[in-house]
Amino acid sequence: MGPAPLPAAPPWWRNRRLLPWLIQAGVGLVVLVLVAFLVGNLVRNLTAAGLLLSWSWLDNPAGFDLAESSIPFSASQPYWLGLVAGLVNTLKVVLVGLVGATLLGTLLGAAAFSGNGLLRRLARIYVELVRNIPLLLQLVFWYFVVFLALPNGLQAWQLPGLVLAKSGLYLAWFGKGLAWQAPQLVDGVWQAPLRLTVEFGALLTGLVVYTAAFIAEVVRGGIASVPQGQWEAARALGFSPQLTLGRIVMPQALRVIVPGLNSQYISLAKNSSLAVAVGYTDLYSVAETTLNQTGRAVEVVLLLLGSYLVIDLLISALMNGLNRLVQLRER
Amino acid sequence: MPRLRQLTAKLSVGISLGALCALAGCAGDGAGIESQKLATIKGRGTLVCGVDGKLPGFSFVGPDGSYSGLDVEVCRAVAAAVLADPNKVEYRDLNSSERFAALSSGEVDLLSRNTTLTLSRDGAGGNGLSFAPTVFYDGQGVMVPVASGIKGLKDLAGKPICVESGTTTELNLADRMREINAPYTPLKFQTGDQTYAAYLQDRCVAVTSDRSQLAAKRTSFPNPAGHTLLPEVLSKEPLTPATVNGDPAWADAVRWTIYALMQAEELGITQANLQAKLAEAKANPNLADLRRFLGVEGDFGKQLGLPADFVVKVIAAGGNYGEIFERSVGVGSKLKLERGLNRQWKDGGLIYSPPFR
Repeated sequence: MGPAPLPAAPPWWRNRRLLPWLIQAGVGLVVLVLVAFLVGNLVRNLTAAGLLLSWSWLDNPAGFDLAESSIPFSASQPYWLGLVAGLVNTLKVVLVGLVGATLLGTLLGAAAFSGNGLLRRLARIYVELVRNIPLLLQLVFWYFVVFLALPNGLQAWQLPGLVLAKSGLYLAWFGKGLAWQAPQLVDGVWQAPLRLTVEFGALLTGLVVYTAAFIAEVVRGGIASVPQGQWEAARALGFSPQLTLGRIVMPQALRVIVPGLNSQYISLAKNSSLAVAVGYTDLYSVAETTLNQTGRAVEVVLLLLGSYLVIDLLISALMNGLNRLVQLRER
Repeated sequence: MPRLRQLTAKLSVGISLGALCALAGCAGDGAGIESQKLATIKGRGTLVCGVDGKLPGFSFVGPDGSYSGLDVEVCRAVAAAVLADPNKVEYRDLNSSERFAALSSGEVDLLSRNTTLTLSRDGAGGNGLSFAPTVFYDGQGVMVPVASGIKGLKDLAGKPICVESGTTTELNLADRMREINAPYTPLKFQTGDQTYAAYLQDRCVAVTSDRSQLAAKRTSFPNPAGHTLLPEVLSKEPLTPATVNGDPAWADAVRWTIYALMQAEELGITQANLQAKLAEAKANPNLADLRRFLGVEGDFGKQLGLPADFVVKVIAAGGNYGEIFERSVGVGSKLKLERGLNRQWKDGGLIYSPPFR
């Protein structure tokens, strides 16, 4: 008996190496054709309307003012600087929002495992209530119903070194010549070295409250993924519940939490563009004004797309780095 | 890639021609220069008109869902001219930041939304719109609560002012405040609703917009008498309907429909006496001007790609410019605006139709 004859090579349409490659190439071609068609369509329409892509307008004076800016900006400065000011404002609310949402979300997620039944139920109600109401609606609520209902002038809420009024939160800080300066009323308007506007406050509150509900679920899922035996073993060793959570459960839960957190962070960054509904001067708001004044719709939208893409990729890269740190390392 | 582009272009032209033929019947009666937009609208059977929708006197949705106002009457007049029926209009509510994209993308055929005619919106290097005749000459104003005691722009220094984003208004405000060297805080909102809500909640001490718009919005305030317009007029705001560049025949049809409203007022033709005037024109061959205007003789309609008697249909739909003005925003309406600059040129105003000949 000789060896069994080798089976004949399968026909090409059943070739397991060729077939996936062909399918990939086919899909790639379809995408290419689609993109070519869309770009061709855009160029044809822009040409027909007498518009061609150009970036020189970025150097023209903007002609509009901004309500708040962390960098010096006035109407005589160019559009690009205005857009940068908007970007800085966006980054400001995103960074503070990420920290706030993480703290609140983690507390809420951990509360789901609390021995206190009331706390558990309150956390549950919070999550269900907040994540099922559209964010835009919540922002409008925080701004028009809560923040704009604050009193003004002498009736404003006052604590030593802190004033909360309809126009914003005023804090004592070092003024000119490093002199400690408390908020004071000048001609019916509060003034202080450090001021956060209600527009910023409403957007920040909305983003934090909303995103925290989702982060709570991510944290809860992460904690639940740690086997029950870990809790029991810790208790048997005499660990307190806080210590168990902090030293035993959380380090293991982080492996599950971090990837989920990543998407929530990206959502928060993108959702910050709803700022325009509450009058906060973010990147989207400045871009909208720019678009309307210049008519450069395609260019402005490209800039917007690019900016949000870079912000989100940065967040993603940082979170992936964090993810590598907390993953189980086998030696 | 060029071959592909040619192919797709050919395909899309072929398909759209085929569709147009199917819809329009491809009669080939040689009716003037047919614009693509006109053919699309006739094929569709409705005119899609972009309006504000929340501005009493200009475009406002009533409790029964029907639209009224000066901007709406322009849409109705154009629908009467093109489709012989003023009711064949589909309205799209647009905010000030959406409006130009909606127009240039073909989402709406006509933008009749208290839009100021400016160079950067008209020029091909800017928004590239094609503007019709101005239907309302306005100026920017500032509204403040009476109780605030503010008497002029200078009193607004250092104070927050509410303004709708994406308007000429925010630029004019910046210019004027810079002139008088008064720094201020512009609080910008995306929609008129948000802007006026923030103003009514006292977040800003003033709100700025076209004077007609401020007057219109004030009628829907809880306490209209508690708010007043500052005496300063910050700018010229010629409010003008617009179409997208690149279809001159469609722009002409819109332009001359609006001129027909103005010419009708000048000739004293109203909704009420229209039939009498038409009978008179038909009976008397010596009234050449009137006969041409009403389409009894000549081919004005054909030159625009419109029916010969489009002027008759337009006036039958809503009357002449003066009637529309009075009904929508004039002294007899809720807004109680004087004709002012919007009088006929013979009465010292700016409303002027070039000759129909």
